[in-house]
Amino acid sequence: MRKIGFVALVLVMVDLISLGAPFRVAVILPSTINDFAWSQSMYEALMAIQEEMGEENFQFVYSENMYVIADAAAAIRDYAAQGYDLIIAHGSQYGSSLVDIAPDFPKTSFVWGSTAQTFTELGIHNIFAYAPHAEEGGYVNGVIAALLTKTGIIGGIGPIKTGDAKRYAAGFEKGIKDTNPDVQVNYTFIGSYSDVALASEAARTFVNAGADVLTGTAQMTVGAISVAKEKGITWLGYDVDQSPLAPKTVAASIVVDWTVALKPIIAMIREGKYGGEILPLTFANGGLKLVLNDAALEGKLSPAEIIELKALVWETLRKIVSGEIIIEVE
Amino acid sequence: MIGATLVGIATSAIRLATPYLYAAIGEALGQLSGVLNLGVDGIMLMGAFSGFYVTLLTGHPTLGLLAAVGTGGLMGLLMAFVSVTLQAEQGISGIGLYLFGLGLSTLLFGMTVGTVKAVAGFPPTPIPGLSQIPILGEILFSHNPLVYGAFALVPLAWFVLNKTPFGLKLRAAGQNPLAADSLGVNVIRVRYVAVIIGGILSGIAGASLSIALLNVFQQNMTNGMGFIAVALVYFGGWRPLGVLAGAMLFSTVNAIQVWLQVQGVDIPSDFALMMPYVITILVLASMARRRIHVPAALNKPFERGGE
Repeated sequence: MRKIGFVALVLVMVDLISLGAPFRVAVILPSTINDFAWSQSMYEALMAIQEEMGEENFQFVYSENMYVIADAAAAIRDYAAQGYDLIIAHGSQYGSSLVDIAPDFPKTSFVWGSTAQTFTELGIHNIFAYAPHAEEGGYVNGVIAALLTKTGIIGGIGPIKTGDAKRYAAGFEKGIKDTNPDVQVNYTFIGSYSDVALASEAARTFVNAGADVLTGTAQMTVGAISVAKEKGITWLGYDVDQSPLAPKTVAASIVVDWTVALKPIIAMIREGKYGGEILPLTFANGGLKLVLNDAALEGKLSPAEIIELKALVWETLRKIVSGEIIIEVE
Repeated sequence: MIGATLVGIATSAIRLATPYLYAAIGEALGQLSGVLNLGVDGIMLMGAFSGFYVTLLTGHPTLGLLAAVGTGGLMGLLMAFVSVTLQAEQGISGIGLYLFGLGLSTLLFGMTVGTVKAVAGFPPTPIPGLSQIPILGEILFSHNPLVYGAFALVPLAWFVLNKTPFGLKLRAAGQNPLAADSLGVNVIRVRYVAVIIGGILSGIAGASLSIALLNVFQQNMTNGMGFIAVALVYFGGWRPLGVLAGAMLFSTVNAIQVWLQVQGVDIPSDFALMMPYVITILVLASMARRRIHVPAALNKPFERGGE
């Protein structure tokens, strides 16, 4: 995927000199562009920006499956040496590599997430950070889960208890408790972003324990979605709209729209600012969006109940945007 | 409540043990014949992908299973050619085979399917009559066909190894190939057959994930299970029953840790995740002294008339 070579370097030099040069982005992804989760959402955002700006003005390349941090660091350095305008290191695990690499390329801008830290305190001024407020998405899915459950038992499946996954889980539990304190919710972390089999077994165990609504984050949850589909229960998704995977199972997805962070970053870089800003992604600024799937809702609720659910969900969104609901994450 | 919980954990454990059983028994056959194949995980991935893809295209998991059998057999043939005929260092060529399977399955998936999709794999097929037995029926007889196959494989492998001429030849090829050769055993052919059967079983192990237990394919979905299967062969002392015991111990502890977390029992998730590995290592260490079955010619290439 990586273009390495002198030719590219020469082309970059020419690009930098000529006016109206395309904006060139390289992105490092821990999984694949079709993972139905974290990496796919970033890929879709870059495709959307390219569509909007035109291929002659915006180009991007990507490296997938960079779960080995040392490999990712080597790729980041290669891209920087090739003169890309912006290098996106799409994962919390890449932060320390950026601290190491960014000072060597002061005219290249780096962005990473989802840990809200730009390292200006270390004298580094070319790192941006994006921070999805996953707890807001988790809260809304929690409200929906509390309204959908009939057994009163709800489960969540996360990868490792950190970053986005932890914030989402905290929001999800609070959303449920605020809506119906009698509902029992447990959230399990399986310790892996890739163990599809264990995610699926966690889902089966939840179903055996009586759960009828499940949620979760990261790419290994496809195993759990498959179980939810088989057992006829409800899944609430995150990162991308997961309903194509199981149209009658995925009742709602919180979609992260990275363009909301990337567009201002591109504008800042064009004006000569290379880092130091943290860009939040929230319901208020459109960085988070809720996608409800009527096909799945209709199988679970009566038309009147669906109207009721939607009313409460929109009210919740309004309160989050206006600041009436504040979700604290430790 | 406690009864239902124990049934749930036991049922989970049976399911989780399935891919390990296929892969580890296949690996045991290869090792008993004298070939260490570390490429199990790569073969599993190729089996998982081919089974998934053919099921996606045709809608028939049985055809998918056949595809996984064929792919696994071919991967086994490749391993046998490299390690038996070319006499390459077995550990290294196995790692090569693993990386090959990992890369190729990812590439083919990207080229053909491209995105996560669900398929209709083997449905759970409760065995009439037996599944009605209280408790045991649910634990043992309410699974999909590939789960039954994995457990049926244990006595079958035991029988073949201990009660058939082929089993005798296979063990002889791994214990003392020169003596076996002088008694008219075609060591090369026996090793080929053993490694190819091992490949087929690893292919089925992968398919048991992609078209029976999970019904999706994802890059690197085996997540290192093939290496745990190799460890289970040592754990089980190269005996099918030992492999069964090891696989059940590992998957039971895994099922318990999943259950503990799902129930919201307040233990750190990292600690829960360590449990299966820690307990496996402890048991392995406590049994270290009575490991007497190591095939003497394991990892040693055979050459007719060699020293």
